[in-house]
Amino acid sequence: MAKYSFRVNGRATTVESWDPGQPLLYVLRNSLGLHAAKFGCGLGQCGACSILIDGKVARSCMTSVQQASGRSITTLEGLGTPDKPDPIQAAFITEQAAQCGYCTNGMIMAAKSLLTETPHPTLENVKQALGGNLCRCGTHTRILSAVLTVAKA
Amino acid sequence: METLNSVSRRDFLRAGGAVVVSFSLGAAVPKWTAAQSAAPTADLGKPLDPNEVDSFLAIHADGSVTLYTSRVDVGTGLRTAMTQIAAEELGIPIERFTVIEGDTSLTPDHGGTGGSSGIPVGAKRVREAAATARQALLRIGAQQLQRPESELTVVDGYVQPVGTGLGVSFATLMNVKRLDIQIDSKAPQKDPAQYKVVGKPVLRPDVSGKATGRNVFMQDLVVPGMLHGRVIRPPSIGAKLVSVDESSIRKLPGVSVVRIENFLGVVSSDEWAAVRAARELKATWSEWQGLPGSDDLERHVRESAVDHDEVLVNKGDSAAAFSTASKQFSAMYSWPYQSHASLGPSCAVADVRSDGATIWTSSQGTYGLRNNLAKIFAMPAEKLRVIFLDGAGSYGGNGNDDAAADAFLLSRSMKRPVRLQWMRQDENGWDPKGPPQYLSLRGGLDAQGRIVSWETQMWLPKNIPGNRAFIGIDAAGISQDHGQGAGQMQMNGDPSYASPNTRVVVHYLADSALRISNLRAPGKIANVFATESFADEMATAAGTDAVEFRLRGLSDPRAIEVLKRAADMIGWQSRPSPNPQAAQGNMLIGRGVAYMRYKQQENYVAIAMEVAVDRASGQVQVQRVTCAHDCGLVVNPDGLRNQVEGCILQTLSRALHEEVKFDRSRVTSVDWATYPILRFPEVPQVEVELIDRPAIPPVGAGEAATAPVVAALANAIFDATGVRVRTVPFTPARVESALART
Repeated sequence: MAKYSFRVNGRATTVESWDPGQPLLYVLRNSLGLHAAKFGCGLGQCGACSILIDGKVARSCMTSVQQASGRSITTLEGLGTPDKPDPIQAAFITEQAAQCGYCTNGMIMAAKSLLTETPHPTLENVKQALGGNLCRCGTHTRILSAVLTVAKA
Repeated sequence: METLNSVSRRDFLRAGGAVVVSFSLGAAVPKWTAAQSAAPTADLGKPLDPNEVDSFLAIHADGSVTLYTSRVDVGTGLRTAMTQIAAEELGIPIERFTVIEGDTSLTPDHGGTGGSSGIPVGAKRVREAAATARQALLRIGAQQLQRPESELTVVDGYVQPVGTGLGVSFATLMNVKRLDIQIDSKAPQKDPAQYKVVGKPVLRPDVSGKATGRNVFMQDLVVPGMLHGRVIRPPSIGAKLVSVDESSIRKLPGVSVVRIENFLGVVSSDEWAAVRAARELKATWSEWQGLPGSDDLERHVRESAVDHDEVLVNKGDSAAAFSTASKQFSAMYSWPYQSHASLGPSCAVADVRSDGATIWTSSQGTYGLRNNLAKIFAMPAEKLRVIFLDGAGSYGGNGNDDAAADAFLLSRSMKRPVRLQWMRQDENGWDPKGPPQYLSLRGGLDAQGRIVSWETQMWLPKNIPGNRAFIGIDAAGISQDHGQGAGQMQMNGDPSYASPNTRVVVHYLADSALRISNLRAPGKIANVFATESFADEMATAAGTDAVEFRLRGLSDPRAIEVLKRAADMIGWQSRPSPNPQAAQGNMLIGRGVAYMRYKQQENYVAIAMEVAVDRASGQVQVQRVTCAHDCGLVVNPDGLRNQVEGCILQTLSRALHEEVKFDRSRVTSVDWATYPILRFPEVPQVEVELIDRPAIPPVGAGEAATAPVVAALANAIFDATGVRVRTVPFTPARVESALART
């Protein structure tokens, strides 16, 4: 089987895959045991599977293992832990910006990407940046508050 | 935000795949989890009788407590609120609690999750168990301390003298034994005026895990030796499987095809191989065209056979009063099929063995699912263990129970544990749907503008007793129930306001084109959309301000308070609709209001809204929403606020976007492009005011605030445009064509 190498959460990683077109999502979840990225649609429509590739938000369901080769991948687990959360993760916890929490991964990854490029976005900037991420429970206002808390810090 | 400390942590004790939610990392492992790894037998010896205290509560030697409940938390924060209630009543700090939910071998069956009953019914029972336990501990403590009970009190897990003196801990009193007593529903309960934990915002213990990728969802469960499965549904709902060409997927590694009559699935140890196999397997299906199509559904439903009528309200003589009314009104309102459209497709793991089975699921009712599967597969229920894990929000009966049945079929065939996850098109295409609704209203005002006649007719699918049929089980040709039901859809069909002559009739239809189930606040959203739009139509015709018109018909002070507060919050100016100064450039600006009491006996909710309608495109932009909400005692204010906000935004999504479309053969709304939901750029400012009434027992809050949303929106659209929208969803095309007709 072909081997693919990349960095995952700062660590050099090599995986095997029988299909160069295998979406990175399945590699992260099943080969590497990183479950934060979720399968939502497999179509790039919802954002639940979001990760960072070289610091920019990307859909792991639409990124093949081959395309990921040589890149630096960050998952939600890599941003922080319950004991040492990233400021965005901490803001989501403080604002209680989750109901079922299935979309939370994508929301935080999209916010991380936005705030890296634009540290002090407006409410409209945040809405646009999260425009491709779906939340079904209706937690939108809390998610916006959490991101803006960090943006104003 | 003021919060109680040390409850923001979540601890996952993965023993045999069960996930245990703990309010602090320091909590001891509940003694029952040790037994969970030995899965095959479902009987772990844990007390399960819902009449016994020990079934709900275990006080451990280290002073920690485990709370067991069949009422699962589907993202609503129920587990936190229920634990607050138990901690308060028992007198043990909340951070010592661990919760185990929906495990048929560990939790007593006191009902599944649904109908906003988790707090008023589910937690009520837990409170009774805790109150009984506290009384028992006081009694044992009195013996041990050799003092009368009247001189003792309970503080932080200790029985101690009221004044000074040494106390004794619950753990010591328990001495590693069970209480072995029945729940006494009359056991004295704490006076709400003394509450210290209930009524305070408590952080949900699951959010830190969800924000850091550590929460174990159903979709994340890994069981040793498990295979990944996918199902292949037919291209037409009623199609039969003619043939399967297994050579079409020969190049994919390690894939097995499972065919049981018309049930078709694939499994592999490699999930991606299973996904590709499901996509690429060549199968031939028969033709089938048994659906009416969604384009002309309203006509189809109104022409389809009525099974029976039910008169829900018949007060005075509505027909006579209508005929003599000064002003007469009539209108039709319609609501489409809608999908639960859970963000994560349904998933289950089944491990079916010759002597029993274990099923992991996000079902809202693990006992109901267990008993149904036992019946279908002719196994004794006590040989089945069904375990709940957190899932994507389900909002009622989504695909979770079907997925469990699919996983069961695959595991039974493969004799291995199988993790079955639906794909997006399976979820949106095949979840049981919230039914369509049609309402015909007729009413009249007298010369003073008072309601003198009100008639509501509604068309709803009839209820058929028994479990809902599973798609996979039907396809596999296994006999099962074919029940039909979607909850208490007929409620809230009468007006919220005084009407001396009122008649409400339901026409129960013989059939439903698509399979149906409960979808959040079943029926009530559409019913209130109709009744509260109609009330607004009356107010407009009477030339009366919408809030003023409503206040005239209300006498209950709680109703009046929520209505006034929601109006005040949005800065309501008294004037009739439509807005005389609506035009602002290309936009038309308006405001609307709606009020209802949920199920006519629960929450009081009023919602006001400001909208801007683009007169060229018909696009509706909701700018601001205010809500006043009274559910009696508030248990966890922040959790409640989160629910109310979610109710509002999810229902705006349903009102603005959601309609399940289908042709003669299949559902065609199968992903987020064909079944769009609310997106961030559309999100309005939302303000919620909670009215806390500590002396009034709480009702649930997972649904109530959904009910007035669509009416408030429709009323605001009318205020802005002078045009009534009476068909959901209010898509730009629909609004634009309504505007063009004026």
